Amino acid sequence: MTSKNLPVTILLGLLAVGMFLPLAQAGTATGFWLEVLIGGLMAGVLYALVALGFVLIFKASGVFNFAQGAMVLFAALALARLAEWMPLWLAFVLAALIMVAFAWVVERLVLRKLVNQEGVTLLMATLGIAFFLDGFGQTIWGSDIYKIDLGISKEPLLALQSVFEGGILLNRDDILAAVIATLLVLALALFFQKTPTGRALRAVADDHQAAQSIGIPLSTIWVIVWSVAGFVALVAGMVWGGKLGVQFSLQEIALRALPVVILGGFTSVPGAIIGGLIIGVGEKMSEVFLAPILVKAFDLAGGGIENWFAYVLALVFLLVRPEGLFGEKHIDRV
Amino acid sequence: MLYRENGQFKTTYRDDLAVFPIRQDRVFIGALLAVAFLVVPSLASEYALRALLIPFLIYALAAIGLNLLVGYCGQISLGTGAFMAVGAYAAYNLVIRVPELNFLIVLVLAGLCAAAAGMLFGIPSLRIKGLYLAVATLAAQFFIDWMFARVKWFTDYSSSGSVSPAAIELFGLTIDTPQAKYLFVLAVVVVLTLAAKNLVRGHIGREWMAIRDMDVAAEVIGIRPVYAKLSAFAVSSFIVGVAGALWGFVHLGAWEPAAFNLNLSLRLLFMIIIGGMGSILGCFFGAAFMWFLPILLNQLPTALGIPISTATIAHLELMIVGALIVFFLIVEPHGLARLWSIGKEKLRLWPFPH
Repeated sequence: MTSKNLPVTILLGLLAVGMFLPLAQAGTATGFWLEVLIGGLMAGVLYALVALGFVLIFKASGVFNFAQGAMVLFAALALARLAEWMPLWLAFVLAALIMVAFAWVVERLVLRKLVNQEGVTLLMATLGIAFFLDGFGQTIWGSDIYKIDLGISKEPLLALQSVFEGGILLNRDDILAAVIATLLVLALALFFQKTPTGRALRAVADDHQAAQSIGIPLSTIWVIVWSVAGFVALVAGMVWGGKLGVQFSLQEIALRALPVVILGGFTSVPGAIIGGLIIGVGEKMSEVFLAPILVKAFDLAGGGIENWFAYVLALVFLLVRPEGLFGEKHIDRV
Repeated sequence: MLYRENGQFKTTYRDDLAVFPIRQDRVFIGALLAVAFLVVPSLASEYALRALLIPFLIYALAAIGLNLLVGYCGQISLGTGAFMAVGAYAAYNLVIRVPELNFLIVLVLAGLCAAAAGMLFGIPSLRIKGLYLAVATLAAQFFIDWMFARVKWFTDYSSSGSVSPAAIELFGLTIDTPQAKYLFVLAVVVVLTLAAKNLVRGHIGREWMAIRDMDVAAEVIGIRPVYAKLSAFAVSSFIVGVAGALWGFVHLGAWEPAAFNLNLSLRLLFMIIIGGMGSILGCFFGAAFMWFLPILLNQLPTALGIPISTATIAHLELMIVGALIVFFLIVEPHGLARLWSIGKEKLRLWPFPH
């Protein structure tokens, strides 16, 4: 263990201890604790889905895509409204095509004109895209709350009844989310590792200029990467939307995926997933077990610490290890 | 013709260092201030003062604060709304806990509280920059939002979580008419704008710009990044905090924690992008644009007799603002302020271009 990794180790250790602490406390049923843990893991899977979109775009084009949340909302809205007219699978295909068209437009109208600009300029441009997409999506698709019916009963599953008293309640859509996320990650991994396009994408991610000099067309690659991110956004929107209904707040939930990227590292796909799980579990655990203690100690008007837990964790991480858990070492230190 | 500096010679160093070296500019600014202080309060309707001019001025002030940080020092911040909240709540607590304090002192102290918060959340900027800093300031936004919503002490144990301070009293006068409020805000804005303008022209502003343009080179020529960045965070947050206190006390009157959310931060950022990064004048353009555009969009269809629902207008506004951000970033990164100076250059030759 080098001394450089020490702060991170301590931090992760603290998180782990914090996670298991409620078990040591009298009065917390193991079953309930497990339920919270699983709930956190499920939320984490969904965060990871959104974070994947961030990482893909950042790796290939160096753009920190603030519009990922807006893309999730837009894709989910498109899917929900199209599904009112046609079967779900057809709506899904159409929505995916819409996201590809969106990627093409973004590359043509924004990215191509902003080549070689600083990261911060690109970040602000994606903020503009996010605003535009919000307005545009709600203008054409409407701004009510819509349902996506994935055909799953809302009846919770009871598991491990023999082990714990009362068993553990599991939501079927959470399980589906986990399955979908796993499939998506596997598909992406195959796409990146085994196909020529995937290889080209990785080449661009490694070194723009070298990739261009051996004949990889950058603009095509950007369209592909934004399309893939759009597809990931569509899947994330479908799963979130199926769980909570498609509404504007979807975008704010997606904003919480930002700290996930910080935690896992901007350039790492496994980092996005593990970061998502850490944040998901940390949020739920802190909300359920830490918030009541804080409320009692400081006389607060209710908990709600999950609103900032992820961000403050990311802030601490930035101070001790700016590149994240799995990110590349190269970072502009000041 | 109209705008020509022929015959205006700078014969002393003082002249050379003037804020407005050209006589026409001085006359124009003087006339503008005279109109703003003397004519506007007596002519403008109550609605114009209350709903148009006061919020515009406060937005412009907050935008100046943010511009010092983003436009001059190059440190991006998405937590401006939170620092405005710190200013507003600090002022509120000072007013109810120490009622005998002069409101001007309250404003300064509120600004100092915001500056302290800004420096605290600016510490990560010493190690990270750019995108990473954006996330660090987002942390400030979410944490501070939560803090004012949940910690009861800040809202003086009000049951709903919203606060409603009494009208401002200054030297025995109660500032409660729109005219008085307008004059008070205008005076504060003018003083702080002048201070900001001189700050960025001076030693410290040049340090910020050096850090913005290339931090390694700045360090090599002897600028301490720690000092420059933290001072930028402090000064910026001070101005933003004062703007926040004014926003709460003068414009809103009573507010709830959601009044200073992320949306406000983003709007302020958009103001300086559209108005012009690294330009004090641009802050006023940007604030005017972002405040008047929605109002115009709301009035225009009714005036033209086109039926559009308010929801559509809100979405339309999002689309226009979003598209304009991208447009300005691509076509004119220096914003409206740059267009203004191009116009001035053209005016020097007009109407005889040769």
